[in-house]
Amino acid sequence: MSSSLVVLVAQRIALGILLVLAVSVLIFAGTQILPGDVAQAILGQSATPESLANLREQLGLNQPAYIRYFHWLGGVLTGDLGTAMSSGQDIATSIKERLWNTLFLAFWAAIVAIPLAITLGLIAVRYRNGWVDKLISGLALASTSFPEFFIGYLLVFYFAVQHQCFPAISTVYDGMSFGERLQAIALPAAALTLVVLAHMMRMTRAAILNVMQSAYVETAELKGLSASAVIRKHAFPNAIAPIINVVMLNLAYLVVGVVVVEVIFVYPGMGQYLVDHVTKRDVPVVQAVGLIFAAVYITLNIVADIAAIVANPRLRHPK
Amino acid sequence: MVDGKAKSGPLLDIRNLRIEATVYPPGEAPRTITLVHDVSLTLEKGKVLGLIGESGAGKSTIGLSSMGYGRGGVRITGGEVILNGRDILKGGKEGLRKLRGRDVCYVAQSAAAAFNPAHRLMDQVVEATLLHGTATRAEAVKRAVALFKKLSLPNPETIGQRFPHQVSGGQLQRVMTAMALCSEPDLIVFDEPTTALDVTTQIDVLSAIKDAIRDTHVAALYITHDLAVVAQVSDEIMVLRHGRLVEWGGTRQIIKEPRQEYTNALVSVREIEHQEQQPGTTPMLSVKNVTAAYGGGHIKVLKNVSVDIYPGQTLAVVGESGSGKSTLARTITGLLPPEQGSVVFDGRTLANRLADRPKEDLRQLQMIYQMADVAMNPRQTVGTIIGRPLEFYFGMKGRERDKRVAELLDEIEMGKGFIDRYPAELSGGQKQRVCIARSLAAKPKLIICDEVTSALDPLVAHGILKLLLNLQQIEKVAYLFITHDLATVKSIADSIAVMYRGEVVRYGPKSKVLTPPFDAYTDLLLSSVPEMEIGWLEKAIKGRRMESAGN
Repeated sequence: MSSSLVVLVAQRIALGILLVLAVSVLIFAGTQILPGDVAQAILGQSATPESLANLREQLGLNQPAYIRYFHWLGGVLTGDLGTAMSSGQDIATSIKERLWNTLFLAFWAAIVAIPLAITLGLIAVRYRNGWVDKLISGLALASTSFPEFFIGYLLVFYFAVQHQCFPAISTVYDGMSFGERLQAIALPAAALTLVVLAHMMRMTRAAILNVMQSAYVETAELKGLSASAVIRKHAFPNAIAPIINVVMLNLAYLVVGVVVVEVIFVYPGMGQYLVDHVTKRDVPVVQAVGLIFAAVYITLNIVADIAAIVANPRLRHPK
Repeated sequence: MVDGKAKSGPLLDIRNLRIEATVYPPGEAPRTITLVHDVSLTLEKGKVLGLIGESGAGKSTIGLSSMGYGRGGVRITGGEVILNGRDILKGGKEGLRKLRGRDVCYVAQSAAAAFNPAHRLMDQVVEATLLHGTATRAEAVKRAVALFKKLSLPNPETIGQRFPHQVSGGQLQRVMTAMALCSEPDLIVFDEPTTALDVTTQIDVLSAIKDAIRDTHVAALYITHDLAVVAQVSDEIMVLRHGRLVEWGGTRQIIKEPRQEYTNALVSVREIEHQEQQPGTTPMLSVKNVTAAYGGGHIKVLKNVSVDIYPGQTLAVVGESGSGKSTLARTITGLLPPEQGSVVFDGRTLANRLADRPKEDLRQLQMIYQMADVAMNPRQTVGTIIGRPLEFYFGMKGRERDKRVAELLDEIEMGKGFIDRYPAELSGGQKQRVCIARSLAAKPKLIICDEVTSALDPLVAHGILKLLLNLQQIEKVAYLFITHDLATVKSIADSIAVMYRGEVVRYGPKSKVLTPPFDAYTDLLLSSVPEMEIGWLEKAIKGRRMESAGN
């Protein structure tokens, strides 16, 4: 590891932290701009000027916004995300379980989707412009073009209704065995896989094709390497940076963008939780979930950046 | 050698080779063109055949056909390629793969691009050997280290642990030669292996290649456009033009007694008689103690450089890559503001930054670049390209402008018929001529020529140099001529500045700079230029060894 590499990585991480802070300001400011405040929302019809003033005093709402922001931020940093208005429950406790569920689903979707997408990309390059390539590209494009709710319902129709091998509703609860959990999430994981597959596969194909023009690919061909060995050993390692980038973007989507799929399969994850509380105008919950989504998104993108930096031999082994 | 069977006859026997490609001209139906027309050649074991010709002659295409390889959409459509008594074109894909990297290996023009940046050198050097199973990894590594030693690479035991970007261009070219030799092939195709190198590096690589060929008894096809280089390494030379054989004979016969007119034109020393002009009293442009750097002042590229250019004269700036030649041009034109020092033009100091210079100053200094085709907008016609400075600097329009464009086309020896052509329809030399006309259109006092003939074939480059000298007579324009080619310098310069690592190490009128006693670097530079003389390489290397022993 060289010092310049350490500096570069440290810069990225510092930048990421700064970004998360900036996003927290935006989220806080955004909820402040909304008409009405928490006190009004809680009291609703029974609000009198007097009771409003009392409640504001109680909740600390009459303090200036920046003090409330730092109060909130301090809470977030110490693991206290506040209390949900609608249910009065501690947000951190409810989120913990749901975040874990979402990550569980995203993890299994990613485990299937990433190797599959990259392998399909490699195969498409190997048989480029032939019928295999066109078939892979066509199917991948079709699966992306269908909206995810459509794919979700198609899966439910075939696997839950007609063949009854997987449940249509992905309920998970404490005390479920690992196998039962996997069976429960099979359909939403499959739907997510189909949604992210094409993007990753096409970017893999394009990144490798770009590298296939290089002189060193010709060198490898003239050594007598087979077409697939040339792609695997000589083209793929040099296309890794753009591939990592698109993989991370899709990973972020798996965590942040699962709202629709979670709602279809009634899966108790973050997306479902967010949708529930948006309809109830539960601002503290929306703030907390928004911040977590932003943090996940930024973290994954920074991981992609760092991976791309580390994958570059020029930075890993300077002159 | 493949099966241990003794085979009589030549190692490589190419008969009536025909190679075609399909081109897709814009707006026209695709058509098939023939790149190589029924060329035949034979090569004995352990011999070197030089393939020579200008670009488009089919040299590389023929060379790669010995591996059954066609670049891009190139197809071998006729003839036989017989290697070790077997027609490799009939072996199918599998047969070709078994042969590539084992019986025939390839050394590319730019080793820097031909090595995979993601893998260590040793892994790439032994890859083909391991793939074909001719040796274990330990044996192959031992062989590679021995080859690194033979090719006089520094730290032969550890250089294989490095990545390509950690090794210089000249060293990479030698590592690539070691890579080709590592699988102990019968034949190596060298495709312009020294063309991308500086002259001072070229001589070392050339001598290393020659020794390696001699010691390993491998046969070679040596492809180049430089006759002086090929004369040093080949037993026989084949001259090609437009995919057809021009002449084939022993090296001595080709360079001493060429039978064909075309060969004669290639062989004859193309020096232009140019009477050196004495420097005038007042220089037109003075670079005064300029120091310039990249990366916020961290990497100093020019160190206290001072040169003068006199009206209507040519200053040639010579040096190897990285010596700061082009940076000097960037500083003069204001693209890179100097850290210290100034540029004085016509008695007044020019603004450091391009953005601060008035239009009139911009007009007086024009540039011509090495790559003519990327220096022109491919969507504009020749008329628009040359007419642009006329509109921009002089506000010329309509018929007046067209008349001037026609005059300029006449000056660069191209007819009026070219006005409506697009750059893609022109040859390399014609493109460079259009660029010259464009710079002349501004009626500048100084044109900076940055390696303007380096990308051109020798005969075409010769024409461009002659044109530049003629134009200097007519337009009284001065040139700052940047080049690494000393033959060009002799033909065109009035004064010369030799640059080395950002400093001017020798500067003065041409006759003085090129007359001994030389400083060490100028001597090295001059003695490295290949001469069309059999045995020159050995003499030059010997001279160098004696010198370093004397030091």
